[in-house]
Amino acid sequence: MTMANDEVGGSSQPMLSVRGLVKHFPLKKDLLGRGAGVVRAVDGVSFDVFKGETLGVVGESGCGKSTTARLLMQLINHDQGELVFDGQTVGSKSLPLKDYRRQAQMVFQDSYASLNPRLTMEDSIAFAPMVHGLPEREAIERARDLLERVGLAPQRFAERYPHELSGGQRQRVNIARALALQSRLIILDEAVSALDKSVEAQVLNLLLDLKEAFGLTYIFISHDLNVVRYMSDRVMVMYLGQVVEVGDSEILFKHAAHPYTQALLSSIPTLDPDRRTETPPLAGDPPNPINPPSGCRFHTRCAHAQAICSEKMPVLAPAQHGQQVACWMHVAGAAHTGAPSGQGAVKPLEVAA
Amino acid sequence: MTSLNAAASPVLPLVYERSAGYWETVGRRFLRDKVAVGAALVVLLLMVLAVFGPWLAPMDPYQSAMLKRLKPIGFEGHPLGTDELGRDMLTRLMVGAKLSLFMGITPVVCAFFIGSLIGITAGYTGGWVNSVMMRTIDVFYAFPSVLLAIALSGALGAGITNSLISLTIVFIPPLARVAESVTTQIRERDFVEAARASGASAFTIVRVHVLGNVLGPIFVYATSLIAVSMILASGLSFLGLGVKPPEPEWGLMLNTLRTAIYTQPWIAALPGAMIFMTSIAFNLLADGLRSAMEIKQ
Amino acid sequence: MLGFLLRRLIYSLPIMLGVALVCFGLVHLAPGDPLMSILPPDASADLQAQLIELYGFNRSYPEQFVTWVWRALQGDLGTSIASNRPVASEVMTAVGNTLRLALLATLIGFVLGCLFGFVAGYFQNSWLDKFASLLSVLGVSVPHYWLGMVLVIVFSSILMWLPPGGAGPGGSSQWIWDWEHFKHMLLPAITMSVIPMGIISRTVRALVADILAQEFIVGLRAKGLTNFGIFWHVVKNAAPTALAVMGLQLGYLLGGSILIETVFSWPGTGFLLNSAIFQRDLPLLQGTILVLAMFFVVLNLIVDVIQTLLDPRIARA
Repeated sequence: MTMANDEVGGSSQPMLSVRGLVKHFPLKKDLLGRGAGVVRAVDGVSFDVFKGETLGVVGESGCGKSTTARLLMQLINHDQGELVFDGQTVGSKSLPLKDYRRQAQMVFQDSYASLNPRLTMEDSIAFAPMVHGLPEREAIERARDLLERVGLAPQRFAERYPHELSGGQRQRVNIARALALQSRLIILDEAVSALDKSVEAQVLNLLLDLKEAFGLTYIFISHDLNVVRYMSDRVMVMYLGQVVEVGDSEILFKHAAHPYTQALLSSIPTLDPDRRTETPPLAGDPPNPINPPSGCRFHTRCAHAQAICSEKMPVLAPAQHGQQVACWMHVAGAAHTGAPSGQGAVKPLEVAA
Repeated sequence: MTSLNAAASPVLPLVYERSAGYWETVGRRFLRDKVAVGAALVVLLLMVLAVFGPWLAPMDPYQSAMLKRLKPIGFEGHPLGTDELGRDMLTRLMVGAKLSLFMGITPVVCAFFIGSLIGITAGYTGGWVNSVMMRTIDVFYAFPSVLLAIALSGALGAGITNSLISLTIVFIPPLARVAESVTTQIRERDFVEAARASGASAFTIVRVHVLGNVLGPIFVYATSLIAVSMILASGLSFLGLGVKPPEPEWGLMLNTLRTAIYTQPWIAALPGAMIFMTSIAFNLLADGLRSAMEIKQ
Repeated sequence: MLGFLLRRLIYSLPIMLGVALVCFGLVHLAPGDPLMSILPPDASADLQAQLIELYGFNRSYPEQFVTWVWRALQGDLGTSIASNRPVASEVMTAVGNTLRLALLATLIGFVLGCLFGFVAGYFQNSWLDKFASLLSVLGVSVPHYWLGMVLVIVFSSILMWLPPGGAGPGGSSQWIWDWEHFKHMLLPAITMSVIPMGIISRTVRALVADILAQEFIVGLRAKGLTNFGIFWHVVKNAAPTALAVMGLQLGYLLGGSILIETVFSWPGTGFLLNSAIFQRDLPLLQGTILVLAMFFVVLNLIVDVIQTLLDPRIARA
């Protein structure tokens, strides 16, 4: 199956550029119109996704990962911000929404809820191509071909219904469906989180094979750090609606700069007695997205927090090993005792690989 | 497990395995329920009676014979006796099936279409459109159904068409509410979001993804309303607001035979027994359908 | 909590307005000039003009509506054309009669319904369950006006134990709680109770079956709770919904009593409605429908509030 060649920018052009994405959800007002505020689900997120890479996105529940995914797919509308896909603004005349949707697709977490219980597998996969104009017979052909590609023999699976397949098989179908439009960017929102471990491994390997075969770009959202490490080229860490660190995967895992990332990494359970977790990595209360802390949002739970942290919000800036960090400890000349002053900078904590 | 190279897999026969479709499974489950099947047979029988009654009946339902008024059951030539104008009861009961069933089923059918249209549109669109539509529906839902039916019939006047209109209006709100509720639930599901993500128009999404999942539950609810509709329609005729004499209709017959309860009580009770039996059959049928369709998932 | 109550109340207001609008509009749906039903056929033009002025038929519909609502809020529902008495007092007397009947019927229906429902739910799939379920299907399916007739045939005509109709000596305006009066109430109340009995028993059966299937019951048994203790837990969980359904059934009986009242000649609102329709007594018709509909709306509101008070899950939602 050939890939439709709708490359516009060159290979150095980011596949997707996100600038200043903001989404607030209003809370119900009571009868007298007294608003209860907004949930700042996504509060100023900017990042790039480069062609052919896998960008991992990690963070705790409520950090805005899934909302970001839905914003990227335009399933919900952003309040502010800009999405640029391969050099063209999404929703503009050069890239209307329907065209963008052909090039970017999503795989959801719940494999069963993602499939219409009344449609056969091939019908579910063929739906999107038919919407975009492909005649039914060819769409079914493509659907069967894709089923083959994801490891499900069409003879056995094409005319089955979702309740007859296992979770892993359904998720393969969802992946096949995401590929049906020959998209170039696939967003995987906790796509393997609900699967048993052995099945998860198979699906992850399938994803890697497909990425190579079709030259895909992935955004891989997960809360499971080991899986993210296995799959991703670069990793982005989110906290309370903002990006706190982003960089090369191995570098992040070995030399995490942001205290939150360090805490996340140290919370990975390990059987190695030399690396026991003896102190809880995070202190303080879980954050409230309605009323986030002032300044750096992490400062209420950060072991290194100082005065400036509660006053001013740090922005992403380059850090020691090439990643980008939003932390006053890594900004040269910041009013933080840990900040580098040029010479003799305090090294960020090293976490064993 | 992954096989990217199609040429490596063995040549398989081109037969595609398929499983029983949704309706096949429902049908099979339904047929196993003896009570439901029995009810379905009774309903079928009544439908046959409704359609072919005039031909099957032994005598003319309008033919009155003043000398043979209110003869008891088992009277010569009249197995179920005669009514207050000397007309053969058996004939009138058989022919009455047509009008009684028609008056009962038609409003529900009309309300099913109109209510579903309103409810699905409101449910899928959401927002203020939903609010406006459903609040309007709620105003009518705020009336007890019998009161609304009678008030509407009383206002419009007696007659078959007016009764049909008023009963349809009575049944639109509950069906619209059910339709809206089910549609709103389906709309939240991931597969609808995935369909939106593929760039399909709202109309296509409703047609392909929503309708198939939504019409079933609405239909089941509608079947449970048929018995109520029948009783209400006959009730309207009983009050003199529905079918007008001399048409044979069970509710109307109950009305005209009321004075006979002291002289020929069992004849007076017969039309009501027909309504009762029909109502039981439809209710059991609706119950059976609900069981057959709900256990899935 | 208070916020919820307030919101619920305020939400009812547009509904009530809509209901009033429908009541008003209904009567004007009627074909034919409403005036013609009032006038004697040979009335002079002068008389016509006077009556038009009196009843306000010459003003625009919105004006008529507002006037009507305004007067209604003050308790003035106009004058009945047929009896020349104020509509409000006639309706209120009738409501009293219907309420007596409906309350008794709901009580009977609730008690029997809960009984059958509990039995069916506790002994699921046994012959008891099937029997109780059969009774409830019968209850829901029966045309109640026909049942009334049958009961009259059996108990009045054949057995002669009870009177066939009416509200007892003294007519519709005097009521004393003695056997003389009560025996008039018995048959209609039993007839009316059948449908609520069917619906409540089905609902309770489903509720009980649901609750017993839940895991917390297993936990309670494991703790060693007696059967009676478990029964009490089931009751507590089922009560809010069961009471809500009972309240709604009461509302339906109030609004839908016309058929049974016609069979038993019971001087309640249904009977009043009947005569209003056939005499084309528009003020009476409008007033009766309005009062009944409002009763229903208010009853729904009360049921909602009580359900919230009893079921802690809703209040927090």
